[in-house]
Amino acid sequence: MTAAPDHRPTFASISLAERLDAALPVLLIPLLVLLGFFAIGAPSSWLTLTVSGLAMGMMIFIMASGLTLVFGLMDVINFGHGAFVSVGAFVGVSVLIALGEWTGAASLLLNMSAVFLAVGAAMTVTGALGWGFERIIVKPVYGAHLKQILVTVGGLIVIEQLIHVVWGPDEIFFNRPETLKGAVTFAGAAMEKYRLLAVAVGLALFIAMRMVLRRTKIGLIVRAGVENGPMVEALGYRLRLVFVGVFIAGSALAGLGGVMWGLYQEVITAGMGEKMMVLVFIVAIIGGLGSVEGAFIGALLVGLMQNYVAFLEPKLALVSNIALMTAILMWRPQGMLPVVKAK
Amino acid sequence: MIVKLLSGDKPRSAVLTAVLLVILICLAGAPFIFDGVRPLDTAARICIFILLVASYDLLLGYGGIVSFAHTMFFGLGAYGVALASTHMGRGFDALLAGSLAGAAAAVVLALLIGLFSLRVRAIFFAMITLAVASAVAVLVSQFSGITGGEDGLTYNIPRVLTSANRMGEFLGTRITGKTLNYYLVFFASLLLFLLLLRIVNSPFGRVLQAIRENDFRAEAIGYRVVWYRTVATCLSAAAAAMAGSLFAIWLRYVGPDTTLSFEIMLDILLMVVIGGMGTMYGAVIGAALFILAQTYLQNLMGSASEATAGLPLIPDLLNPDRWLMWLGILFILSVYFFPSGIVGRLRERRVS
Repeated sequence: MTAAPDHRPTFASISLAERLDAALPVLLIPLLVLLGFFAIGAPSSWLTLTVSGLAMGMMIFIMASGLTLVFGLMDVINFGHGAFVSVGAFVGVSVLIALGEWTGAASLLLNMSAVFLAVGAAMTVTGALGWGFERIIVKPVYGAHLKQILVTVGGLIVIEQLIHVVWGPDEIFFNRPETLKGAVTFAGAAMEKYRLLAVAVGLALFIAMRMVLRRTKIGLIVRAGVENGPMVEALGYRLRLVFVGVFIAGSALAGLGGVMWGLYQEVITAGMGEKMMVLVFIVAIIGGLGSVEGAFIGALLVGLMQNYVAFLEPKLALVSNIALMTAILMWRPQGMLPVVKAK
Repeated sequence: MIVKLLSGDKPRSAVLTAVLLVILICLAGAPFIFDGVRPLDTAARICIFILLVASYDLLLGYGGIVSFAHTMFFGLGAYGVALASTHMGRGFDALLAGSLAGAAAAVVLALLIGLFSLRVRAIFFAMITLAVASAVAVLVSQFSGITGGEDGLTYNIPRVLTSANRMGEFLGTRITGKTLNYYLVFFASLLLFLLLLRIVNSPFGRVLQAIRENDFRAEAIGYRVVWYRTVATCLSAAAAAMAGSLFAIWLRYVGPDTTLSFEIMLDILLMVVIGGMGTMYGAVIGAALFILAQTYLQNLMGSASEATAGLPLIPDLLNPDRWLMWLGILFILSVYFFPSGIVGRLRERRVS
């Protein structure tokens, strides 16, 4: 007779190295901030740069989150996303200009209602545009990557030209609402009010998205759909409706990002979305396609990097982001927190 | 002989053959057939873009690789010639050295990008190349000390190739250095185009097509997919850089807007898709059609816009500056309804 097999349970604890590896992407942000501190030296300018880097990162995150969600769920990369950013900015700014009396007054309430109306209008229009875009342009090419890239680029061209038709070919300059102008001083560092607002909005949006994705049933379906679409459909959920909903939400977020970016720059052009697309793509790639958390970390890294480098060596700002992308892809070829497995 | 020159890849359609012949004859005789500076400039642009689009088709149509970095290679060739001509003085040695240096730089960069990112999926590669290309464009405009920044570079080319060099008359047309310059562009483009045709019809080209259709199976048969894709990227980059050199020699000016901008990348994409992906002849038709439209359709749209001036919105839609929108619509429609482009359509008709 042989001895009975050993039934003692084995406890596999995660080693420190594994835990550190999982937490590393998050730790990169404080690391970069620290590096920035030593490279810049002066604490006040470091603080200013950090805040503006975070603000920029948050705005990029807002644009990238929609893109990465759509990709994760539907396996569609939307090169037209940049056009939604531009449309959002143009609609929002038109509303702000039309409400000139509200934005010109020094009342916080009037200013904020004008901004809310502008954001609402922009998100409605870009959401509707996204719905139409999905139905007309993207729907026939699900599953064919090459065609997706081509037709969404075509969509980008057409929408950008339509912006020229509607709003004319010139760039539009405008002023931020009164109460959002100026800066507050903290510990000797000047921080623009609007940037603080952008940080707050981005953070709120990130927390809200996480809550929706992790705690609600619709979030559960979305996450399950990313993981295994056919199985979710077999369970009786109409994934197609969820798809469209996510596409609309993603487009509306692009619109929100556009308005915020427009307010940040105080000038808008039809090509602005196209320019932003590069940063948005970098963020989506280094975050890991399909991952909202990854996009958040990636956006903050890109925003901080861009601002620090622009201060230290202005000519290398965009190139530093490419270098960041290269380094991260060497380290993790699928991005930092990939959700979609490479197919 | 002719079949051999075409590497056995015959047009396979009577209409297509006729169209290609017309284009060839018009381009070959352009200085004698057409009068004036503008048609000759258009013809030279068509030659250069045929080469550029054909080199892009090697990637997109044959390899199934979507790259947005093609203008970067084009720009490298152009800046190579510009920088060499600025620093070495006017002379053919400068043109040659510049072209070769530009092509070499393009190959090295393509090798780096290829080895680094061709393992990933098509979508990933497209995004990475877009990012790299825009970084290069920004670098070029930032380092204005070397590249002239946004203003670009203007330089001299050998006197023999400029219109100051008068060489008498032939068939009632005044022959100048400009004519010589045109033929330099024409024959170089023709030669390189035939070389590309040779490449895509070689065993190498067949493997590329196999990889495009199913990279997993190609790998399983034993072809090293990444290696083939990387070589295709390098070849295409070298050809694009050569096209850039020719462009620089023809224009005697190089700037970010004419060589590196995303608009040119879009133009190339439109030309490939409308002409027909996966056939080199598509590049010829696409480039010729697109540039003719760019040059002459805008006038037509302008008069249409004026004619409808009283109506709402329509004049704005027909504004000559909006012609890209109509091409965009045409582009989307062609991806859906005739993905094989004009050439594919013409060939199909013969079969059915």
